[in-house]
Amino acid sequence: MAENVRVNVTVNGESRDSDVEPRLLLVHYLRDTLGLTGTHIGCDTSNCGACTVLLDGESVKSCTVLAVQADGSEVKTIEGMAPAGNGALHPIQEAFWEHHGLQCGYCTPGMIMAAADLLERNPNPTEEEVRHGLEGNLCRCTGYHNIVKSVMAAAESMSAAKGASA
Amino acid sequence: MTATVDTPATGGPIGRRMKRKEDPRLITGRGNYVDDMSLPGMLYMALVRSEIAHGKIKSIDTSAAKDRPGVYAVLTGEDLDVGAPLPMVWVPPGIEVKTPEHWPLARGEVNHVGDPVAVVVGGDKYGVIDAASQIVAEYDELPAVIDPEKALEDAAPLVHEDIGTNKTHEWALGGGDIDAAMSDADVVVERRIVNHRTAGAAIEPRGCIAEWRGESVTLWTSTQIPHLVRLFLAGELGVSEEKIRVIAPEVGGGFGSKLNHYAEEVLACYLSRQLGRPVKWLETRSENLATTTHGRDLIAYCKMGLKSDGTITGFHTKLVADLGAYYQLLTPFIPCFAAFVMSGCYKIPAVQTDIVGVFTNKFATDAVRGAGRPEATHAIEVMIDQAAAELGLDPLEVRRKNFIPAEDFPAEVAVGVVYDSGNYHGTLDKLLEHVDMDAFRKEQAELREKGVYRGIGFSTYVEICGLAPSRVVGPSGVGIQGGFWESAIVRVHPSGAATVYTGSSPHGQGHETGFAQIVAERLGIEPENVEVMHGDTDTGPMGMGTYGSRTLSVGGEAAGRAAVKVQEKAKKLAAHLLEAAPEDIELSGGRYQVKGSPDKGLALADISLAAYVPENIPDGMEPGLEETSFYDPENFVWPFGAHAAVVDVDPDTGKVEVVRYVAVDDCGRAINPLLIEGQVHGGIAHAIGQALFEQVVYNDEGQLITGTFVSYALPTAAELPSFETDRTETPSPVNDLGVKGVGEAGTIAATPTMVNAVMDALRPLGVTYMDMPLTPMRVWEAIQTAGSAEGGAS
Repeated sequence: MAENVRVNVTVNGESRDSDVEPRLLLVHYLRDTLGLTGTHIGCDTSNCGACTVLLDGESVKSCTVLAVQADGSEVKTIEGMAPAGNGALHPIQEAFWEHHGLQCGYCTPGMIMAAADLLERNPNPTEEEVRHGLEGNLCRCTGYHNIVKSVMAAAESMSAAKGASA
Repeated sequence: MTATVDTPATGGPIGRRMKRKEDPRLITGRGNYVDDMSLPGMLYMALVRSEIAHGKIKSIDTSAAKDRPGVYAVLTGEDLDVGAPLPMVWVPPGIEVKTPEHWPLARGEVNHVGDPVAVVVGGDKYGVIDAASQIVAEYDELPAVIDPEKALEDAAPLVHEDIGTNKTHEWALGGGDIDAAMSDADVVVERRIVNHRTAGAAIEPRGCIAEWRGESVTLWTSTQIPHLVRLFLAGELGVSEEKIRVIAPEVGGGFGSKLNHYAEEVLACYLSRQLGRPVKWLETRSENLATTTHGRDLIAYCKMGLKSDGTITGFHTKLVADLGAYYQLLTPFIPCFAAFVMSGCYKIPAVQTDIVGVFTNKFATDAVRGAGRPEATHAIEVMIDQAAAELGLDPLEVRRKNFIPAEDFPAEVAVGVVYDSGNYHGTLDKLLEHVDMDAFRKEQAELREKGVYRGIGFSTYVEICGLAPSRVVGPSGVGIQGGFWESAIVRVHPSGAATVYTGSSPHGQGHETGFAQIVAERLGIEPENVEVMHGDTDTGPMGMGTYGSRTLSVGGEAAGRAAVKVQEKAKKLAAHLLEAAPEDIELSGGRYQVKGSPDKGLALADISLAAYVPENIPDGMEPGLEETSFYDPENFVWPFGAHAAVVDVDPDTGKVEVVRYVAVDDCGRAINPLLIEGQVHGGIAHAIGQALFEQVVYNDEGQLITGTFVSYALPTAAELPSFETDRTETPSPVNDLGVKGVGEAGTIAATPTMVNAVMDALRPLGVTYMDMPLTPMRVWEAIQTAGSAEGGAS
């Protein structure tokens, strides 16, 4: 077995140092090493997107990234989307709640992270752009209808907030 | 009886479009699924599975795995000493169902790809997989039995030599004189309709953690049926039931695939006892597609007799059901469930369904969202369109002509079941308010001029749900070895807030919200102050689980009834405190008040405080404010609806695009319209997946060639449209809430809707019928075949 490797990853704004097996997947690093279990695992072929996180601001499937590849990077997970405590929510989280964008909740963290990346790149997407933007994330419960609605609503409220603060 | 929708019936919590109470934890990553839990000293379990479909086990060399550091145990089938094989619980009176013993680890023979032959436990998540990969099993291969119809031929190799046949059982349900019905018909339309094998494919795979402490074991497992799992484990482990606690934590989707008791649950408990450490097992997606129950897989030989005006005289279906090699919980029963709704929404004098089950060298089929009713509805609704085309009639007029009229309810159909309530014209009328058929046909003709093949398809369905009267479904009736009631405890706390303990066990449906609305309304408090606890055999009453769209009409009704008992006690106590007669107390606007004197009233909090500080309660009244209800319904409930799809088919590529999907469903009285819509959306998407993309495929050698999400094609957001949904409300007379069920409606209605739409698009090209899945390649091939046939004839 290869020797462990030292990695430094800034996760949700906090610098973390760990010794990891070179083969350790980023998703297992987040879940098992750091205890951030909001990022889920739903397949073994990078199809389902349940493990989506932001790596240096871009969405990645964390089952397809090694922890060592994230050395020196910033990772944001679902736990880092809203300020901690007091029930605060990110506008995308608010929209998923308001529009019933989840049922069993298993794909939800990945969907929210994929949506965050999508809205960062395209703040005012059309429905078709949302549907194509979420193509890498599978949901079995919602038929995507309310997920798409949630992301469209989040885009609107985030744009409005930006407009108001500008 | 049909009411307009979306207006709360009472102004209270019932009918409210309430956001879910579950969501705050789930949208912040604070859910607690099985894989999110770790216990001190926890070990990991991995399975070694057969890579061949059929063979005798010659040897299993476990030495290299055993020698690895960090490996705590390696077991094969020979080493495993459990008290009972895995359960199959259908014993139909008077019918022999050939039942192979199904052990958690294969004994002597493997019978499908993925059949577990050894199990390894180790201290490291990755290391245990390394160890499993070092176990070498050798087999004497036997011929694989794959095609269920060939399996029934005399010379076919046998899946189970000791059973002596591949035929599992024959079962029939019918009513009326089917032969006379066919002789009376002006035309008899016959089709062979394949309803192919699919996967439940919940996004959370299965998983469990077993922790043995002293004489007791706790199993956290991703299941729809924790209480039943406990009962089965008692026999398998030889442990008294009260020493077993089963917890279904957050469950990431089920769709029937977790309405089961699986080998890994037994193995984790067994090994935890043996090793004295907690043992965790997590299913990979590849394992999930190979060894979590599949659904459907029926070949239907359908015969519909009709008069030339479209009146249906009889419907006769012969079903060949591919059950796989071993049974899971309800494997041989599932196709039989189809027979109960083979009349559809129609008044048909004679209906007959004959079923043959078949062993093949595949994994077991069992319930997947709809479980028999999608297959029945698909057969009927596709046949109606096929028959209408042969008779040159409008398929909607054929439906209308045969609908059971609203005034006939409760309506007994030919097979002897009684539909509780319905208004089939009502849902179709409402659907057609959303779909302008004249405008559509005009547009369709114009598009065809431009080479665009647009089609519209419909289905009108009824489903049986709310399982169910135990007397009908239980051991001496249909033969399922259990009861089908649900239970609830409603506990009002001293502050007037309440907790509901339900035996029903959710996996995304929204019990915590819907049940809170019901109980809050009955108690006169707000749903925000009602918590719903579920999925734990130690903290709640026993329940049968969540499946078959039974949650609300059985479990929700039980919660409602327990709350009514609490309300009755609260009224008695309020009467005592207000110095009024109990019969003069009414609950109105959250206050228990004296009729005619609304200024004299108490909130539940006042009453509950008095109940828990019982200085001033009526003589003979027990302190506290808590009641239990067990509810076994008198009948099933029968939701129904009308769906339409508009599709475009590209004749050059065979690709089907869903342009519109419109659904009008009637699930009785609405508790929460938001949850209803969500269930309908998901069901439709699931069925569009089956109709267009998804299929579990085994090749001729029994290799599973759709073993990952690369090849098993779940629909993504990009392949689906937004859905248009509407409802009518025809209350059920079966329960006090007037509710039915809606979890499977979309899956039941949408496959025939899709097939009928694609056939409507393709008829000008000479394609009149195709089996699902309607993949581009199959559609393109059908167009080519039809084109060359027409070319040859001209």
